[in-house]
Amino acid sequence: MELKDKLLSSYVAFENRVDTNSDVHEIRSEALQNFEDLGFPSKKLEAWKYTSLNSVLKQDYSLFPNKENAIELADVKKYFIHDIDAYKLVFIDGKYSSFLSETTHDTFDVCLMSAALSKPKYKVVIENYFNKIAKKDNLTSLNTAFANEGAYIYIPKNVEVEKPIQIINFTTGSEVATLLQPRNLIVVEQNAHVQIIERHQSLTSNPVLTNSVTEVFAAKDATVDIYKIQNDDENASLVDNSYVEQKSNSIVSVHTFSFGGNITRNNLNFYQRGEYIDSILKGITILDGKQHVDHHTLVHHIEPNCESHQDYKGIYDARSTGVFNGKVIVDKEAQKTNAYQKNNNVLMSDKATINAKPQLEIFADDVKCSHGCTIGQLDDDALFYMQQRGIPKKEGKALLMFAFANTVLESVKIPEVKQRIASIIAKKLNVKIGFDL
Amino acid sequence: MLKIENLQASIDDKSILKGLNLEVKAGEVHAIMGPNGAGKSTLANIIAGKDDYEVTNGTIELNGEDISELAPEERAHNGVFLSFQYPVEIPGVSVTNFIKTAINETRKAKGLEDMPAKDMLKKIREKSELLEIDRKFLGRSLNEGFSGGEKKRNEIFQMAMLEPKLAILDETDSGLDIDALRIVANGVNKLKSKDNAVIVITHYQRLLEYIVPDFVHVLHDGKIVKTGDASLALELEAKGYDWIKELA
Repeated sequence: MELKDKLLSSYVAFENRVDTNSDVHEIRSEALQNFEDLGFPSKKLEAWKYTSLNSVLKQDYSLFPNKENAIELADVKKYFIHDIDAYKLVFIDGKYSSFLSETTHDTFDVCLMSAALSKPKYKVVIENYFNKIAKKDNLTSLNTAFANEGAYIYIPKNVEVEKPIQIINFTTGSEVATLLQPRNLIVVEQNAHVQIIERHQSLTSNPVLTNSVTEVFAAKDATVDIYKIQNDDENASLVDNSYVEQKSNSIVSVHTFSFGGNITRNNLNFYQRGEYIDSILKGITILDGKQHVDHHTLVHHIEPNCESHQDYKGIYDARSTGVFNGKVIVDKEAQKTNAYQKNNNVLMSDKATINAKPQLEIFADDVKCSHGCTIGQLDDDALFYMQQRGIPKKEGKALLMFAFANTVLESVKIPEVKQRIASIIAKKLNVKIGFDL
Repeated sequence: MLKIENLQASIDDKSILKGLNLEVKAGEVHAIMGPNGAGKSTLANIIAGKDDYEVTNGTIELNGEDISELAPEERAHNGVFLSFQYPVEIPGVSVTNFIKTAINETRKAKGLEDMPAKDMLKKIREKSELLEIDRKFLGRSLNEGFSGGEKKRNEIFQMAMLEPKLAILDETDSGLDIDALRIVANGVNKLKSKDNAVIVITHYQRLLEYIVPDFVHVLHDGKIVKTGDASLALELEAKGYDWIKELA
C-alpha cells in the first residue's frame, strides 16, 4: 500500500487514541481532508523542485509504534548538551519518556503536547495558538491531522527561563521503519525569554522519516533563541516545518545546524506582526556522501520598522546536494524594513551541487533589502599559505572551513552549544580542534 | 644550510628555472635580484614547496637533507619560512589564533606539547613590540583589509614568532613606505644570527641599504648569471638590468 493510503486508512485507529469530541479534533479532521486532496509533494511543485521524497516515501513505515521502548541514559547521554543544567523533553519512538525528561510547571510550563491538548487548564492557550500560523500545505496538514504528541512550552509574561530547554526525539529502530510526526507549540509571552535546543536522533540504521511541525509565538518584547541540531543517522530523513509569529520589539533567532541525515528539508517561516521586530535565521550545513539538505526560508515583513537577518553557510563534499531558497516579502505597509540575506557556499567536490535562489518580493518603497549568494571552492593559495606556516593541509582546510562558518557559529549564545557544534564540525572534518577562532 | 644544484622547473610546460645553483650557509644573507619574469618568485615558491610547479631536474637540500619531495608544511617544520609577496587574506581567523595554530602545529610535528598559553602571550608581546605592531591589530582577521605595509609587517612578525632557520623574503619591500621599511628591516636584522640564514628577493636596491647582504646574485632567464658582494646591488641600481641580459 502506498504511504498516503496507509495513513488515510489508519486514521480510525488514531482516532481511538485521542479525544474526538474536541475543537482540536475538528482541526485535525480538516487537515486530513487537506492532505487527502493534496497528497505528498512531488517535484512538480515549484517549492519541491530540487527535493524528491520519493525514495523515503517507499519505506513501509510503522505509523504508531506501540511498544514502550526504553533506552539507557548512558547510551544516549552524548546527544544531550549534558554539561549544562537544562529542562528536557525526551521522546522515544514518538512516546514521551518520563525517565529521561525533566519537565516543570512551576512558573512556566515545559510539558507534553498530549497533556496540553487534553487538560482543561491549557484550553485557552490551545484555543488561541494551536494551528494558528501553521500553513495548510501538504506536509503540515499531514502533521496536523495526526497531531497529538510533542513539546508544549508556555512562558508567561516577564519570565526569564534561566536553563535552556532541550527537546530530543529518539528513534530506537525497533520497527523496520518509523514515521514520526512531533507537534510542538511554543508560546512566549510579553518580555519573557527562553532558549530551546532541538534534536532528532535515530539510534540504529533503520529508516526514519520525521515530519515535524513547530509553532512559535513571541509576544511583545519577548526573546526566543532556537538551536536545531540536525546530525542524524544516514538513513534518517526529516521535514521540519517551523512557523514563527512575532509581535513588536521581539527578537527571535533560529540557528539550524545541518550535518547529518539522509534527506533534510527545513521550511522555516517568519511572520512579523508588529514594529521594531528582529528576526534572525542562520544556518551551517556541512554535507558529504549523498546527503541532501534543502533550506526554504520565508520572512514576511508585514509592518514597518522591522529587521531580518539571514546568514546561511554551506560546505558540500562528495555527491551531496544543497538547496537554499530564501524568500523575503515586504508588504506595502512595511516601510523602513531592513532585510538582509546572505548565502555562501563552498563546493569541495566536482560532484557536489548547490541550488541557491533568493526571492525578494518588495512592495514598499522605503526599504533596505540585500541579498548575496556565493558559490566557490576552498582557496588553494590560502591553503598553501597556511601550509607554509606549518599548518598541514587537512588542518588548514578545517581552519578555513571553520573560519567560513564562524559568522554563524559566533552568534550562538549558549557557550556549550557553540562548543558542541564546533566539535561536531571538527569530527565531521576529521580533525582535532587545535585552534579556536 | 641550503644547497640547490642544477634546479630546473616549469609551469604548464613552460620552463622557468633552467639549471640554477645556489648555496647559502648559516649566518649569511643573500640577495637575489633580477628583472621581472626572471624566475625570482618561482624560486622562492619552489623552495617553499608550492605544487603548481614541476621540478624536472636538480636537488634542493636543507642541512644535508633533500627536501624536494616534502610537503610545504614539512618544509616549514624543517625551518623554511617564506614571506609572501602577496600575503593571503583569511577572513574569520585572527592574527593571534593563526600564529598560535602555526606554532603548535609545528611543535606537534616535532612531538612537542602545545606551547603554554602564558609563554605564547609573552612571545607575542615581545615580537609585536619588535615590529611595532599594535595589540588591536593582532585581533583582526588575518590580512583582511590590511594595507600593503601592514601585510608585510605581519609577515615578518610571523617570521619572528616561528624563528625559522632559512627565511626567504619575497619582495618584502614592495608596498612599504620608508618608515615601515626601516621597522621591517630592523626586525629582520634583530632576528639574524650565526645559526640562520636569509634570502632577500628584491627588484630594487632600497631594502639592501638596511639588510646588508653578504652576497648578491643576479637571476636572469632561470639562471644565476652573476654573483657579487653588496656593491653589485648598487651597480644594478645605477645601470639597470639590460647589461645583465647581454651577459647571458
